Amino acid sequence: MLQAINVKKSFGETGVLKGVSMRVSRGEVVAIIGRSGSGKSTLLRCMNNLETIDSGEIRIGGEPLVTTGADGKPVYKRDRELRTLMLKMGMVFQDYNLFPHCSVLRNLVMPQTLVLRRSAEEAKSKALSLLEKVGLLEKANEYPCNLSGGQCQRVAIARALCMDPDILCFDEPTSALDPQLTHEVLSVIRALADEKRTMIVVTHEMNFARDVADRVIYMENGLIVEDGPARDVLGSSRSEAIRAFAGEANY
Amino acid sequence: MRYFNNPEAMIKLIAAMQDGFANTLAIFFLTLLFSIPLGMVVALLRMSRRRMISVPVSLYILVMRGTPLMLQIFAIYFAIPMLLGQNLDRMAATILAFSLNYAAYFAEIFRGGMMSIPVGQHEACQVLGFTKIQAFFHVVLPQVCKRVLLPVSNEVITLVKDTSLANIIAVSELFRAAKNEASRTASVEPLFVAGLFYLAMNGVVTLVFSYLTRRFDYYKD
Ligand SMILES: Nc1ncnc2c1ncn2[C@@H]1O[C@H](COP(=O)(O)OP(=O)(O)OP(=O)(O)O)[C@@H](O)[C@H]1O
Ligand SMILES: [Mg+2]
Repeated sequence: MLQAINVKKSFGETGVLKGVSMRVSRGEVVAIIGRSGSGKSTLLRCMNNLETIDSGEIRIGGEPLVTTGADGKPVYKRDRELRTLMLKMGMVFQDYNLFPHCSVLRNLVMPQTLVLRRSAEEAKSKALSLLEKVGLLEKANEYPCNLSGGQCQRVAIARALCMDPDILCFDEPTSALDPQLTHEVLSVIRALADEKRTMIVVTHEMNFARDVADRVIYMENGLIVEDGPARDVLGSSRSEAIRAFAGEANY
Repeated sequence: MRYFNNPEAMIKLIAAMQDGFANTLAIFFLTLLFSIPLGMVVALLRMSRRRMISVPVSLYILVMRGTPLMLQIFAIYFAIPMLLGQNLDRMAATILAFSLNYAAYFAEIFRGGMMSIPVGQHEACQVLGFTKIQAFFHVVLPQVCKRVLLPVSNEVITLVKDTSLANIIAVSELFRAAKNEASRTASVEPLFVAGLFYLAMNGVVTLVFSYLTRRFDYYKD
């Protein structure tokens, strides 16, 4: 479904991803954990084409987003083909990034009509059914500025789902929220996991990672240090590195 | 007092200044019509990553904002005939100079507005699959409009008064008409009447902008 091969990325002098390889299969929920600055967001952003990589390869559904050319430089897909490919990916940001000038409903309808060329009615009924799913049907005509953080994040999830992505990515979807609101967002994500949606979740919520993720990836210093079933990586047999990390995190 | 205590004379004065006022309105509206879209284009070019584009555009903005508008009006009125070998209508020269000048100011306001839109908005558009053009028209521009309303209103108010500069190339706008009446009748009162006209126009401008501000109040960011 998604594959990264030896991805390297640096900002100026500092290497942020130092050769990361991972794969995600259909229906799998993968949690990425690790200390602040270990490169989790950067990895997710590279896979969503929000950052360009220095070398390596990323494949989405078997199709290459970027490969390494003969000269060692990365070769990206271009223009239309690139945009079509990236539609397979959905992304939910830490700070929601809803469109403030659009109502909740319009936030969900506009991308469908503009990008997928769906009719207004089709887009609207899709939007309403997804709002119902995240429990915000009655907020359809509100503006984002009148919603709580948790509600905004659920709208953002619904907006991403409107585009029918094959893989949904979350970058710390709850770290701007207090515990109560965190709970409501996590239960939406949990419900998506129950539907066997393919998801990659960067999170600091250890309990969530252990309960919901099929696989956990632990990153340190731009490298994947541990990658395995959640119960192995976070379970009783966990390695020294994870033990230290999880001890510091609220575990 | 010759006019302010004599309604009949006042009406005659206003009638005499009527064409001038019409020209002032024409300069005002045509300048806005051309300079706002042009300013948006200049802002986008100024933000281009290509230095071949952004550097000359910065230079244009520097010259337009860095020299007197009065000089620019002269320059365009006298230089264009020399370059093209064809005379330029006074009114056309005025509107060209005003549009080029105000476009530079608007461009910087719009650029500030666009830079104040969080990167997250662009990133959201990108992951949703918007083209750059769709993102600009459906996400960036509507938000920029709200953010630039106040600085734009400042420029528009200044423009109302700046129209009087057209009189230096003998365009018969409001101020020139008032000056003519003033010297013909040896009274300063026509100048004050002109002043009241500018004030009234800016009263209307202020009302329009407070209406627009309310229109954009439906969301906060
Ligand atoms: N645009 C950028 N320019 C320069 N350096 C950057 C940029 N983005 C990230 N970095 C650096 O890359 C490193 C990894 O950042 P990244 O955001 O991927 O970490 P993270 O694991 O997501 O951390 P956190 O848990 O705090 O979100 C950090 O040292 C950061 O300072
Ligand atoms: Mg991060």
